[in-house]
Amino acid sequence: MSDVQANKHNFSAKVIGHFPGGVHPPERKQPASSQPIRKLKLPQELILPVRQHIGPSGKVLVKVGERVDKGQRLTEAGLSQGLPLHAPTSGTIAAIEERPTAHASGLPEQAIVIHPDGEDRWGNKHALPDYHDVEISRLLELIQEAGIAGLGGAGFPTAQKLAQQKPLKHLIINGVECEPYIAADDRLMQEHADDIIAGIRILQYITRCDSVLLAIEDNKPEAIKAMAEAIDDNPQIQLKVVPTKYPSGGEKQLIELLTGHQVPSGKLPMDIGLLMQNVGTAYAVKRAIIHGEPLLERVVTLTGESLKQRGNVWALLGTPIQHLLDESGFTPEKKQRIIMGGPMMGFTLPITEVPVIKTTNCVLAPTEKELPSPGPELACIRCGACADACPATLQPQQLQWLAKAKDYESLEKHNLFDCIECGACAYVCPSEIPLVHYYRKAKAEVRNIAREKAKAEQARKRFEARQERLEREKEERLERHRKAAEERKKMQQEMQQEAQQKNSDEPGSKAEEGTEKPAGKSAAVAAAIARAKAKKAAQAAKESPEESNSAKGNES
Amino acid sequence: MSLFGAVIALGILALIFGVILGFAAVKFRVESDPIVDQIDEILPQTQCGQCGYPGCRPYAQAIADGDDINKCPPGGEATIKQLADLMGVEAKPLDDAHGEEDVKKVAVIREDECIGCTKCIQACPVDAILGAAKQMHTVIEHECTGCDLCVEPCPVDCIDMVKVKARPETWQWDLDTVKENIKANSIPVKVVE
Amino acid sequence: MSFRIASSPHGHNQRSTSEMMRWVCYALVPGVLLHSYFFGSGIWFQILLAVVTAIAAEMACTVARERPAFSALRDNTAIVTAVLLAISIPSLAPWWIIVIGTLFAIVVVKHVYGGMGQNLFNPAMAGYVLLLVSFPVQMTNWLPVSAISEHSLNLWQTLHTILFEYTPAGYSVEQLRSGIDGVTMATPLDSIKTGLTQGYTLTEIYQRPEFSYFAGAGWQWINLGFFVGGLLLIQQRIISWHIPLGFLGGLCIPAFIAHIFAPDLMPGPIVHALSGATMLGAFFIATDPVSAATSNRGRVIFGLLIGFIIFVIRSWGGYPDAVAFAVLLANMCVPLIDRYTRPVVYGHGD
Repeated sequence: MSDVQANKHNFSAKVIGHFPGGVHPPERKQPASSQPIRKLKLPQELILPVRQHIGPSGKVLVKVGERVDKGQRLTEAGLSQGLPLHAPTSGTIAAIEERPTAHASGLPEQAIVIHPDGEDRWGNKHALPDYHDVEISRLLELIQEAGIAGLGGAGFPTAQKLAQQKPLKHLIINGVECEPYIAADDRLMQEHADDIIAGIRILQYITRCDSVLLAIEDNKPEAIKAMAEAIDDNPQIQLKVVPTKYPSGGEKQLIELLTGHQVPSGKLPMDIGLLMQNVGTAYAVKRAIIHGEPLLERVVTLTGESLKQRGNVWALLGTPIQHLLDESGFTPEKKQRIIMGGPMMGFTLPITEVPVIKTTNCVLAPTEKELPSPGPELACIRCGACADACPATLQPQQLQWLAKAKDYESLEKHNLFDCIECGACAYVCPSEIPLVHYYRKAKAEVRNIAREKAKAEQARKRFEARQERLEREKEERLERHRKAAEERKKMQQEMQQEAQQKNSDEPGSKAEEGTEKPAGKSAAVAAAIARAKAKKAAQAAKESPEESNSAKGNES
Repeated sequence: MSLFGAVIALGILALIFGVILGFAAVKFRVESDPIVDQIDEILPQTQCGQCGYPGCRPYAQAIADGDDINKCPPGGEATIKQLADLMGVEAKPLDDAHGEEDVKKVAVIREDECIGCTKCIQACPVDAILGAAKQMHTVIEHECTGCDLCVEPCPVDCIDMVKVKARPETWQWDLDTVKENIKANSIPVKVVE
Repeated sequence: MSFRIASSPHGHNQRSTSEMMRWVCYALVPGVLLHSYFFGSGIWFQILLAVVTAIAAEMACTVARERPAFSALRDNTAIVTAVLLAISIPSLAPWWIIVIGTLFAIVVVKHVYGGMGQNLFNPAMAGYVLLLVSFPVQMTNWLPVSAISEHSLNLWQTLHTILFEYTPAGYSVEQLRSGIDGVTMATPLDSIKTGLTQGYTLTEIYQRPEFSYFAGAGWQWINLGFFVGGLLLIQQRIISWHIPLGFLGGLCIPAFIAHIFAPDLMPGPIVHALSGATMLGAFFIATDPVSAATSNRGRVIFGLLIGFIIFVIRSWGGYPDAVAFAVLLANMCVPLIDRYTRPVVYGHGD
């Protein structure tokens, strides 16, 4: 307790700033926030989508049937934004195939499936307990190789975020966790405060930043206490307690809350001298550098009243959600919803055979009573409640009309793309209009139109280039013909003048040679054509009896 | 006398306004693309020729010369609407003599059956097929406009038009498709009882 | 088992449009009770007639527009429109007045413009103005407050008057309005208007029996009743304070300044605030979200505009009260106000 008092000077409990809008949904962090993080038994299989993060997928390095060690690299991050993937435990590669991913669409993506052997046997680890004499570029490489992505939100590769070469005013560490239900960061701070601080110091060393703002929402007194103790009297790290309001943990909102500045639209926090990392990311960085362990697991909150055993678990990446549910006494009700993420921004999973990915912070299985589904959508009455709740000070009701009218040009003018999809507008809408859904669809459509347009543009260029080429070739051919004709004329003239027998032999023999050479191949071609014809005939034959059958059926 | 004055006054006014208008017409002239370019911009550039013209640009020229705006099946309703807005005419339904609006497709060559005849390469309006004589050919998927023009010339019938697969990042947030996505791609997925 | 697919956010705060509209009705209760105390039970019949007409019209319109008939009723907005219009008209007006007004409000002003959420004008006030310009006699036949009128009508007499335009005893509403001395009694705002044009000073006018304490007898209490209801709506966060504040500011500040310069010609802010439909307008009519401005800044401007127009018309215009005209005029300015008060989007400042 005396420790806490000793570092009171860097403990600012005062409300620092303000951001517009926001809502106060019921927090429901209990009981998850008071349950220690559990270790789970190994699942039967781990599903690792090759592309877990923003950016293209890497090259697969392993083959089906291969035995892999824990931490062994499975993919090579080839291109700029890629991240490598590692085996979360030792086992055998069972398959490399398309599996449904943790995405609202339920669409499949290439995934590596591992059957754990239960030994949990580590491969080589390159621990680096003292990093102070290591070059920064090497540390960034290590973080990249450890496959660390932002564990808070979009999953942007951490090393690339850190590599931006601009002087920093503050390094902001986000432990706000404003979304209801979720207590993963809360528990991590309570249990691993020292590790997080160690991670923060590595981040500080990399960014050469001597002012760290660690933000925690005031509904996490235990985490605040633990972090205050871990900070001790370090003058470079300031603990900032922010008032509970959703979405104060959003990157842009937290920046406005802490610094009073807004990130200009289309720019990055980096451009105003700020960098934000999640507490989970700081923890992962510490594991990667000090212990040489790549990112293999993360804390996931399992909550909702359809689960008997609510709390937090260390889940290996790739763990099927079904396994997590099985381990927490899942008793589904009729038409159960399974939400990955929190109630405000999470998406429903159509099936539970999807894996935990790097950004999976919560699996929520609520009952209908707990989180009622929306009623029928009524007409907008322009009450403005959504505008009052919007943290980006957009005009949600206006956007909604434009989205319904599919007026994509005006949508962009009304800054649709500044919407962070936090869901505050839809949460307060008295007419229960699924506003965010409209915006998401509109955004997808705008992107689609842009893609189509780019593609059409490309096609036009290629078409024009081809036309030009054909034109050129035609001209060249004509030119050649003309020249050949001239040549022939000349030759003829010469012929007439000179001896007449030479020229009749040569071209004839050449032509004969030409036809003979590919004889073997042309036979193959003929065979292929014959095959195709036979197939067509067979198909036609197959179709016609069906037709006659159905005709008969109709008659009878 | 007063009549005379009025005529003079009106004449002067007309002169002044005429000068102002003339000046404005020159000074503030709105530079706009020639109409053919604007139409071409709207067309989907599949170069499929379903409109009866050899490519999008010739059709754009034809529209500018007064042809109907409803002959482009790949563009569908959306393109017709845009064209109607641009040309100031009534939007009309797609003329089904030219085909029907269909889902986006790309050509795929069954490579083991390809005999390397280059006929499809010659037919492709956007040079999206790679290969040389007697060599196996392949379609560059992201350059393919799905125009269908390569299917007919193939002597061994080894080109398929395949529906463009939805990917998570291009998914249009249509929640009704989720069930289908799961079903269509179900590798042995246990159904939760 | 299949899992349900839904779009975020999951869960919702529990205030729905229909509930908000229900709250508006509850908040009208104190004002309506006082109204019926001073002007008799006519208002209840008017409300009943209006609500029945509104529901029928709403259902007919939704059916005609091929939409589910009952879902449109569920939001309760038609009922609020009907009640507001019923409160605004003289409580002994003949039955066809309220029926025509309600039909016009629901069918023309609301549904012809595209239905719920699409109307440019406040339906109740558009209905009121239609009635006022079409049937000026019936629409200005306000009975003197019952305390000073010797004819106190019971329920049956009231209903009879509304249905047949005469009391069972054969008096017309016009006759009822006359005092013992045969002088027609007017509403306080009427008295001020006509009194001033006849050259009386305000001090003299205030001596007349239609005035007591702060403003018009009866009217001042009804206004206070609506004021209390309005505060309830603000406290329940059904309406924001911006429009009422702007409204009262736009009315009272000019009135106060004018009153200082010409105390005998210009009524003071309290008289303005507690007369006519001021409080009903400030808290219940101008705050109709559909036809009001949307941003908070816009709402203050919208309110100020209405208040100021009311002040101008009451002071120099041809009508004694002007809430309906002011609201409609301000409705017209809403697209403009919205355009220029659009808040700066995050990250787009300077």
